[in-house]
Amino acid sequence: MTVEKVEVEPIELLGAETARDTARRWLSNSGIVIGGGLFFLVVLSALIGPYLLPHNAFDQSLIARLRPPMWSGGTAEYPLGTDHLGRDYLARLLWGGRLSLMIGFLTILLAGTIGTTLGVVAGFYGGRIDFVVRFLIMVRLALPAVLIALAIAFLAGPSLKLLVLMLGLLLWDRFAVVSRAMTLQLRNREFVTAARAVGCSDFTMIRRDILPNILNYLIIIATVEMANAVLIASALSFLGLGVQPPLPDWGLMIAEGKEYILFSPYLITLPGLAMMVLVLSVNLLGDGIRDVTDPEAKGR
Amino acid sequence: MIAVSIVGFILLRASGDLALRIAGAESLTEDVERIRLAYGLDRPIVIQYLDWAWKALHGDFGRSLFFPEDVSTLIAQRLPVTLWLGALGLGASIIIGLPLGTLAALKPNGILDRVLLGTVVLGQAMPSFWLGLLLIIFFGLTLGILPVSGSETWRHFILPTAVLAIATLPTILRLTRSGMIDALRADYIRTARAKGLSPASVIIKHALRNALIPVVAIAAVQLGALIGGSVVLETVFGIQGLGYLAWESINRADYPVVQANVLVLGAIYCLLTFVSDVLHALLDPRLRDQ
Repeated sequence: MTVEKVEVEPIELLGAETARDTARRWLSNSGIVIGGGLFFLVVLSALIGPYLLPHNAFDQSLIARLRPPMWSGGTAEYPLGTDHLGRDYLARLLWGGRLSLMIGFLTILLAGTIGTTLGVVAGFYGGRIDFVVRFLIMVRLALPAVLIALAIAFLAGPSLKLLVLMLGLLLWDRFAVVSRAMTLQLRNREFVTAARAVGCSDFTMIRRDILPNILNYLIIIATVEMANAVLIASALSFLGLGVQPPLPDWGLMIAEGKEYILFSPYLITLPGLAMMVLVLSVNLLGDGIRDVTDPEAKGR
Repeated sequence: MIAVSIVGFILLRASGDLALRIAGAESLTEDVERIRLAYGLDRPIVIQYLDWAWKALHGDFGRSLFFPEDVSTLIAQRLPVTLWLGALGLGASIIIGLPLGTLAALKPNGILDRVLLGTVVLGQAMPSFWLGLLLIIFFGLTLGILPVSGSETWRHFILPTAVLAIATLPTILRLTRSGMIDALRADYIRTARAKGLSPASVIIKHALRNALIPVVAIAAVQLGALIGGSVVLETVFGIQGLGYLAWESINRADYPVVQANVLVLGAIYCLLTFVSDVLHALLDPRLRDQ
C-alpha cells in the first residue's frame, strides 16, 4: 500500500497578494503594457536617438533644404527629410522629444509639489487654512491659463525656464483638489488617530500616514497633467511664446513648417504625430494605473 | 471675480516693463518715460488697479492702444463669435457623444465599446492646433472645398467646430458611458424592467435621464474651457473672436485689451460654473436640499 503524497496548498490570507500576483495583475492591463511600452520607447529614443544619427538637430545645410522623407522620394541620409534650413528632421524630432519630456517632468514636479502641499495641508488642518486654499483653487480655475501664460511670456520675454515655471504655477489645481479631498477622508481614519494618540507630530503623520495613501492618485494625476503640460507647452511654442528657436520643440516645428504647408506637409504632420504618441502613451499609462489600483473606477 | 482681476492685473504688471514694451526695445529712454507718464504707468500699482477696477465696474475698460474703438466695444464685437464657436463645438460633440456613449454603455467591454474608447483616447492625445492644421491641409488644400481662414461665412466655422467637437468628445463620451453603466445597474432600472417597459423606454427615459446629470454639469464647465482656450484655435483659423483679439493685443502690448480679456474670460468661467451648479440641482432632486 502506497501513501500518496499530498500537496499542501499554501494558505493565502483573504485579500493578501503576493508580489507575483501584483506583477501579473499589472502586466495583464493593456493600458499599462501598451502605454508603458510606448512611453519607454519615446524616452529611450529621445535620450539615445540623437547620438545614433549622422546629423545633429542644429546643423543647417542650404543645399539640403526641404528634402522629402524616405516614403516620398527621400534618401536614407535624411530618413524623415529636412526642414526649411536643411536640418535633419528625425534628429530634430528626437531632440524635441527630450524637450517635451523635460518640460513635462519638471512641470509636474513643480505643480505636484505646490498642489499636493496645499491640498494636504488644507485637508489635514481644515478650518481657515482650508478656506484659503479653496479660495486659491477657485481663483486659479477662473484664470484663463493659456491667455495669462501668453501675456506673461510676451512681457517677460519667452524662454524655456519661464515656460516650465509658468506651467508649474498654473497646473497645480488638480493635485490640490484631489489631495485635499483624499486627506479629508484619511484624516479621521483609525491609523491616523492612532498615530496622533502615540504622539506623532503633524509632519510625521502627513509623511507616514497620509502621503503614502494618496500616492496612487497623485501618480494618476501626474500622468494627466504631464500630457496636459506637453500639449499646452507645444501650443505656446506654436504661437511663438514658448520654446524659442533654434531649439526644436514640436509645437515650434509645426509653426515653422506652416509656411511650407502646401508642398511639405510632413513638416507639420510628423511633429504632431510624435506629440500624439507621447501624450497617448502617458494617458494610457495613467488609465492603466488607475484601473489596476482602483478597479471601481474602471473605464472612466 | 475681484481676486481674478487683481491677480490678472498684477501678473501683467509684474512680468515686465509695459512702457518699454509699448515703446519698443530700441526706443530712447525719454520716449519710454513719456509713455509711462501718458498712460499713468508711473503711479503706484494699487492706485493703477483701483482706477482701472472702478472704471471697469462701470463698463469702461479704457481705450485700446491700437484700435480706435473702446475696449468694451471691441470685446462686445468679438465675444459673440467666440461664444458661438464654443457652443457649436460643444453642441456637435454632445449630439455625437450622447448616443455613442449610450451605445458603448449597453455592452461594456464589447467590441463597439472598445473601439469607441480607443478612438477617444486617440482623440484626447491630439493637440488641437495640429488637428486644425491637418483639417486645413485635407479639406482646404487637397480637396479645396472649405475656406481655411477667416470668420465671414458659416463655411468658415465648419473646420474649427469640428476641431472643438473632437476635442470635447472624449469627455462627453466617457461621462455618458460611465453614467449609463452606473444607471443601468441601479435598482430603479430593474424595477422599470420588471414592470415590463420596453428596453428603449427603459434606456432613454429612465437610465439616460440619470446618466445625463454629470454630462450636463461638465458640459457647462467644458464650454468655459473651450472659450478660455480659444486663443490657439482662433489663431490657427484666423477667426475674429475674443481669443484672436487677445493674441493680437498681447503681441502689440495692448494691455487694456489684454486685461479686459482676462477679466471677461474669468467672468464667463464663474458664470458657467454657477450655471453648471444650478443645472445640476435642477436635474437631480437629491441635491436640491443641500
